[in-house]
Amino acid sequence: MPRITVTVDGVTYEEDVEPRLLLVHLLRERLGKTGTPVGCDTSNCGACTVLLDGKSVKSCSVLAAQADGCDVVTIEGLGANGSMHPMQRAFHEEHALQCGYCTPGMVMAAIDLLRDDPDPSEETIRQGLEGNLCRCTGYCNIVRAVRRGAQEMGQAVSPS
Amino acid sequence: MTTQEVGRPRRRKEDARLLTGRTQWTDNLTRPGVLHVMFLRSPMAHARIERVDVSAARGLPGVVAAFSGRDFAGEQGSLPCAWPVSEDIVIPDHPPMAVDEVRYVGEAVACVIATDRYRAADALDAIEVDYEPLPAVVDMNEALSPGSPKVHEAGNKAFSATITSGDLDAAFRDAPVVIDRTYVQQRLIPTAMEPRAVMADTDGESFTVWSSTQIPHVLRVMLAVVTGIPEHRIRVIAPDVGGGFGSKLQVTAEEVLCLLLARRLGRPVKWTESRSEGNLTVHHGRDQIQHIRLAADADGRIRGLQVSLLADMGAYLMLVTPGIPMLGASLFNSIYKMDAYEFNCTGVFTTKMPTDAYRGAGRPEATFGIERTMDELAAELDLDPIEVRRRNWIRHEEFPYTTIAGLTYDSGNYEAATDKALSLFGYDKLRAEQADRRDRRDPVQLGIGVSTYTEMCGLAPSRMLGEANYGAGGWEHASVRMLPTGKVEVITGTSPHGQGHVTSWSQIAADALGVPFEDITVLHGDTAVAHKGMDTYGSRSLVIGGVAVVKACDKVREKARKLAAHVLECSPDDLDFEAGAFKVRGTDQSRTIQELAYAAFTAHDLPDGVEARLDSDATFDPDNYSFPHGTHLCAVEVDTETGMVKIRSYVAVDDVGTVINPLIVEGQVHGGIAQGIAQALFEEAVYDADGNLLTTTMADYLLPSAADLPSFTLDRTETPATSNPLGAKGVGEAGTIASTPAVVNAIVDALRPHGIDDVRMPCTPERVWRALEGVRR
Repeated sequence: MPRITVTVDGVTYEEDVEPRLLLVHLLRERLGKTGTPVGCDTSNCGACTVLLDGKSVKSCSVLAAQADGCDVVTIEGLGANGSMHPMQRAFHEEHALQCGYCTPGMVMAAIDLLRDDPDPSEETIRQGLEGNLCRCTGYCNIVRAVRRGAQEMGQAVSPS
Repeated sequence: MTTQEVGRPRRRKEDARLLTGRTQWTDNLTRPGVLHVMFLRSPMAHARIERVDVSAARGLPGVVAAFSGRDFAGEQGSLPCAWPVSEDIVIPDHPPMAVDEVRYVGEAVACVIATDRYRAADALDAIEVDYEPLPAVVDMNEALSPGSPKVHEAGNKAFSATITSGDLDAAFRDAPVVIDRTYVQQRLIPTAMEPRAVMADTDGESFTVWSSTQIPHVLRVMLAVVTGIPEHRIRVIAPDVGGGFGSKLQVTAEEVLCLLLARRLGRPVKWTESRSEGNLTVHHGRDQIQHIRLAADADGRIRGLQVSLLADMGAYLMLVTPGIPMLGASLFNSIYKMDAYEFNCTGVFTTKMPTDAYRGAGRPEATFGIERTMDELAAELDLDPIEVRRRNWIRHEEFPYTTIAGLTYDSGNYEAATDKALSLFGYDKLRAEQADRRDRRDPVQLGIGVSTYTEMCGLAPSRMLGEANYGAGGWEHASVRMLPTGKVEVITGTSPHGQGHVTSWSQIAADALGVPFEDITVLHGDTAVAHKGMDTYGSRSLVIGGVAVVKACDKVREKARKLAAHVLECSPDDLDFEAGAFKVRGTDQSRTIQELAYAAFTAHDLPDGVEARLDSDATFDPDNYSFPHGTHLCAVEVDTETGMVKIRSYVAVDDVGTVINPLIVEGQVHGGIAQGIAQALFEEAVYDADGNLLTTTMADYLLPSAADLPSFTLDRTETPATSNPLGAKGVGEAGTIASTPAVVNAIVDALRPHGIDDVRMPCTPERVWRALEGVRR
C-alpha cells in the first residue's frame, strides 16, 4: 500500500492508502474532515471541491495517492483566527445558502474563480461556477455573494 | 424598546456551521465499530427472482454479513402507503428487499455489510442472482390496455377518482369555444444535493435511527408499524439534512433495512447512497398525462372545465404516492370562476421507480394544465393572455370565495399582483418588441409567458385530511422553555432542511416574549427532543408550525403575567407587557420576563397553584388551507434556426401573506423558480422500452447550473391569510408551481405565428427545433 504525505488545512499527515482510495474519502473517513461532502459520483456537482496546491479540484475525482506531497485546503481550513474568510462572510450576508450542502464546494470554487478574475462580472461568475450545482438558491444570491466576496477580498489585498 | 423582529431580513443563525464545514450530515456521523451497508439492485425492470446466492460474498475480507430478501422475508414487513385515496385502490405488498419478484430497475435484492464501503462494494460483485425476465410495462396507455402484461396480479390500475361540480354537459352544450388539449408532465428526479444516508444503532433494547429525512416523527411511527419494534424503543434523528423537495418525505426500504440489520447484527450500520443509486431509487416526481377540455363563451368567460389524468404511480404505492395527483384535484380551476368542473384521475402501475411528492406535489401539474389552457383560450379568441385571465379570475372584493371545486379561498388580490408584475416587466414594451420581431421575421423570436397561479398550502387541516382518507393529521406542535438565565429554547415539530426555521422561529419568539433574537435557540429533528411533530413538507412549517410557536409563547407570557402579578403585588389585569417586561400600569414598578424565569427556577416565592417552570407547549391545527398566489411573467428569446431558448427576463410578484423574514422568502422564491424552469427546459427522467432508466447520473439528468439561469426580478403584494394568526400563507413551493407554465407559455407564444401550439417538456433545443421542422414541412 503506498504511503503518502499530505498537508490538509495546515496539518501534515502520513497515511498508507489503497491505490483506489479517493481523496474525498481520505479527507472524510480517515482524517475526519467531514466539512467536504460528496454529492455525486460523476464529478458533475462540485460539492467536494477543495484547493489542491492552490487550485480547485473535485476531490471525488482525485486519488489520495495523487495528493502525495500536496497541500490541501478544505472549507474547514479557510478561516483564520476563528473568523470566517471574506467569501464565507459574503455567502452569509447575501443569504447564498439554504440547505448548505453545496456550500463548501461553491465557496472553494468561487475563491478559485477570483484567481483568474479578481473582479468578475455576473456573466463570468455564472460561467465560472458552472461545475458546481445548487438545488436550493437558484444561484441568484450565490452570484451576489461572489461579487461581494470579490470586492471585500480586493479591498483586503489592495495596498494601503 | 426592542425593534420588531418579524419582517426583518435577519441573516441566518444556521449559516456559520454550514459555511465552515462543521456539519452533521448523516454520512458525517459514525459510531464505534460502524459497519457499511450496500445493496445489490435489480438490473431488470421486471423479473421473477429464481435464486439469490450470497455465500461467496460472505467469505470476502472485511465482510461481516450478506443477506438476500428471503433472509428478511419474515420480519421486513411492507413499506407503507398512508393515503388510500379511493374505495377501489389497490395497495400491493411492498417488501423493502424483493423476495420473489422485482418490479423496477434499482429495487434491492440483497445486501452486504462490511467494515468499509470499498470492501462492501467489492462484495456486491460476488453475489449471484438468477432472474426469469418478465415483460416491462413502461407506457401508461398501454398499461391500461386489455392485453398488457401486469405489474401486479390485480392489474395495472391502482385507483380511480372523480370529482364533479355543476352541470358539465350544460357548460359544454353549444359552447362557442372549446379548447381540447393533452399535456404531458414528464417524470422528474427531485435531486436534493445531499444523497440519502441512514445509520442505525442499538443497545440491545432500544434503537436510534439517523436519517437524511424530512419526516423524523412520521418515520418513527411508520418504522414501528412496519417492523413491529415498539414505538417507544425507536428514536429517530434527522441531523443536518441537505435539501429534500419532497424526496425525503418518505419511509424508505433502506431506513427499514438498516434498522433491521442493526437488530440482526447487534452493531451500528450505515448506508449512504451514491448519486447513481439515488437517481434509480429516490422516489421520482410528476409523470402525468393530462387531457383538458375547457368550454368558454365568445368573450372568453369560462363555462366549464373537464380534466382527465393518467398518473404514473410506478411499481408500488409509497407513502403518499396516490395522493399526489389528488392534491391537484381541486386546483385545476385555479383562480378562475366557472359554472362546472369535472376531475377524473386514474393511477397506473408501471415497472418504474414509484413516484411521490416533489416540490409542489400535484399543484404544479394542475397549474401547468390550466395556465397552458388559458393561453390557448386567449389565442383562440385573439385576446391578450392577461385580459382573458382578468375576465375570469375572482376579484379581490369577492373574497372569501368558495370555488367550483369546493375550496374556500380566504384572501387574495390577483389584480394587485398582476398590475405590479406587468409594470416591473415592462409588458407593453416587450409586446411592442415582439410585434416588431415578428414583422421583421427575425430568426430570434420573442415570447412572453404569463402564469397567474394559486395553490393550497399549510398541509393541512386535520379534519380535511380525514375527509380525504389520509392516514394522519396535519397539526403542528411547539414547546417554549424559559431557562433560569433568561435564555429561551424553542422546540419545534417541524424538521427544516434548508428553510431557515431556526432563524424565523427565533424572530417569532423574540417578538412574542420580548427577548433578544440572539437569546433564543431552536431545537428540532430528534424525536427524543422534539417529542411531537408532523414535520416539514407542503409549505406547512411556518403556517402551522410557526403558529404553534406563537401559541406556545402566548401561554408562557400568560404564566409569566401571573407570576409578575404575585411578585409585584398587583392584579394581572394591571400589568402591561412591553419590550419583554411586565409593568404595573401608572407606576415605575416592573419585572422583566428573564427575572420572572429566574423566579420560577428558584421557586422561593411562587403563588399557590403556580408550578416551578416558565414553559409551555401548544399545537395548532388550522380550519382551512392557506392560498398563496401571484403573477409570474417570463420573456424568452427563441432561436428559430437552432431551437435554443434563452430566458431574457423573469418577473415574479408573489403574495405569500405576512412575511417573517424577507431574505428567506426571497431565497425560497429564487430556488422555486429555478426548479420550475428546470422542468420546463432541462430535466427528464427517461426510461427505455425495457424499463431501464437512462438518466442515472448527473451527466445524463440535466440540473441547471448558474450558467443556465438568469437573475430574477421579485416583488410581493401582501394580503394576510385569515386562517392563521400570523397571516402567513407559505412560500416553499410557490416559485416551482408558477414558473413552469410561465416559461412554456413564453416559448409557445414565440412560436405561435409559426403554427405551433405546444412544445413538450423539457423544451430542449432539439424539441423546439423539431417542432419547427414539423411545421416547416
